[in-house]
Amino acid sequence: MLDQIELRVKGLNFYYSGGIHALKQINLPIYSNQVTALIGPSGCGKTTLLRCFNRMHDLYPGNRYEGEIYFVKDDILSPDTDLISLRSRIGMVFQKPTPFPMSIFDNIAYGLKLKGIKKRSDLSERVEKALVHAALWEEVKDKLNASAYDLSGGQQQRLVIARALAVDPEVLLFDEPTSALDPISTAKIEELTAALKKDVTIIIVTHNMQQAARISDRTGFMMLGELLEFGDTNKIFTAPSEKLTEDYVTGRFG
Amino acid sequence: MMRVQKRKIEGSIALTFSTLAAFLGLFWLIFILGDVLVHGVKALNLDLFINDPAPAGVEGGGLKNAFVGQLLITLFATLIGVPVGVLGGTFLAEYARGRKIARVISVLADIMVSVPSIVIGTFIYAALVKPVGHFNGWAGSLALAIIMVPVVLRTTEDMLSLVPWTLREAAFALGAPYYKVITQVVYRGAATGILTGILLSIARVAGETAPLLFTSFNNSFFSVNMNQPISSLTVTIFQYAMGPYDSWHEQAWAAAFVITIFILILTITGRLIIKWRYR
Repeated sequence: MLDQIELRVKGLNFYYSGGIHALKQINLPIYSNQVTALIGPSGCGKTTLLRCFNRMHDLYPGNRYEGEIYFVKDDILSPDTDLISLRSRIGMVFQKPTPFPMSIFDNIAYGLKLKGIKKRSDLSERVEKALVHAALWEEVKDKLNASAYDLSGGQQQRLVIARALAVDPEVLLFDEPTSALDPISTAKIEELTAALKKDVTIIIVTHNMQQAARISDRTGFMMLGELLEFGDTNKIFTAPSEKLTEDYVTGRFG
Repeated sequence: MMRVQKRKIEGSIALTFSTLAAFLGLFWLIFILGDVLVHGVKALNLDLFINDPAPAGVEGGGLKNAFVGQLLITLFATLIGVPVGVLGGTFLAEYARGRKIARVISVLADIMVSVPSIVIGTFIYAALVKPVGHFNGWAGSLALAIIMVPVVLRTTEDMLSLVPWTLREAAFALGAPYYKVITQVVYRGAATGILTGILLSIARVAGETAPLLFTSFNNSFFSVNMNQPISSLTVTIFQYAMGPYDSWHEQAWAAAFVITIFILILTITGRLIIKWRYR
């Protein structure tokens, strides 16, 4: 396993507009082409942390970051960061599928058009590639012009992943991507995650302990806004150094 | 036992009264619509649509001028009122979301909806008829547009607020700037709702008489010149119904019938769109 660092979080503190101190002194490396899972009880700050990586918090006034997150060598929390280009390099998939109210094709083409790709043939090629990549092509290739709302929840989630993949991101943020899905769809997304990591770095927030153990290479355990423990997934699940981590992964609380 | 019986009696009294009240309301509605239907259909003929009015007191003639005038006034009112309403609603639901100014404008728009339309008519009279020196079509369109704006604005605001935030976040997460998120994703999600609001607002102003009386007034001759007084169905109905000639009365009935049907179609289309969207 090549341990190249893609993102490095250094001394990150985050405050919501009401003044709530949601993340406390987070230090965390995210390794390239690996799946990093963030686990922890509800309200521990894992989604808050995830949304720092693409500066999603900037959408709401009053939120404040302190510290740094280095993306290769740039600090993405710097005020000079171009959010539009940052977000095309770091994609995000949400808890509930978020297809746009348009056709399957147009959903995937959306990010490409934002990047200025307009030629129909280029678009078709990249849309197909993204759908193949997200393991959805076989199911939708005959109905690309159908509304994305006609797909099942699991298909919609893979469509959203394809949409994120279409713009060739370097990192994908998964915010509990399977919590609204049935077991079969969940298994498909998990397989997909494992297959994708050869091309992208993935950070996944999950409530499902088995899922974290199955698909991630590294795991961070968070509680009350702090990163209590971070390490190889195997170690976190079999021999954690913190008592609280052990209690949590064995289901004693949470 | 006695208590149960008493409650049953109270229940049936309440039911009787509310049913009576409902029928009392419906009775007048059906009476009016039925009257318009019976008299209107009787007076309806092709001449009405292809001829201009005959000289006063002379039989025959039509209301082509009023149909065309009504269409022009309503068209320009829509062209002015809809963009202002939609953009204003977008400002409230998107750019000013959660801010105090959004709430203030929202409440003001609600008040505007219930302002008597004659007040808007006299306002435009002072602003756009008096200074010009004569009644004109633009003043009529503007008066109707002012009535439309708060309706369209509030519907747009409500419909945009119904679009889930996660959808906007998903578009932002792909690197879209806000104006593209709004125009390409949020508007699509709210399109049918906004369209319905627009249709209903057109239906609302198509039946207005008072504001036109003070602005575009009337014109017995065929005219498409919006700088001059221009005829409209509602004002024509008002004048013909008050007039001394039977032929005028008949034509007023026919015009009332046509405009009722027009508004009915708009309203039903609006409702159908809502039903189709949220089935």
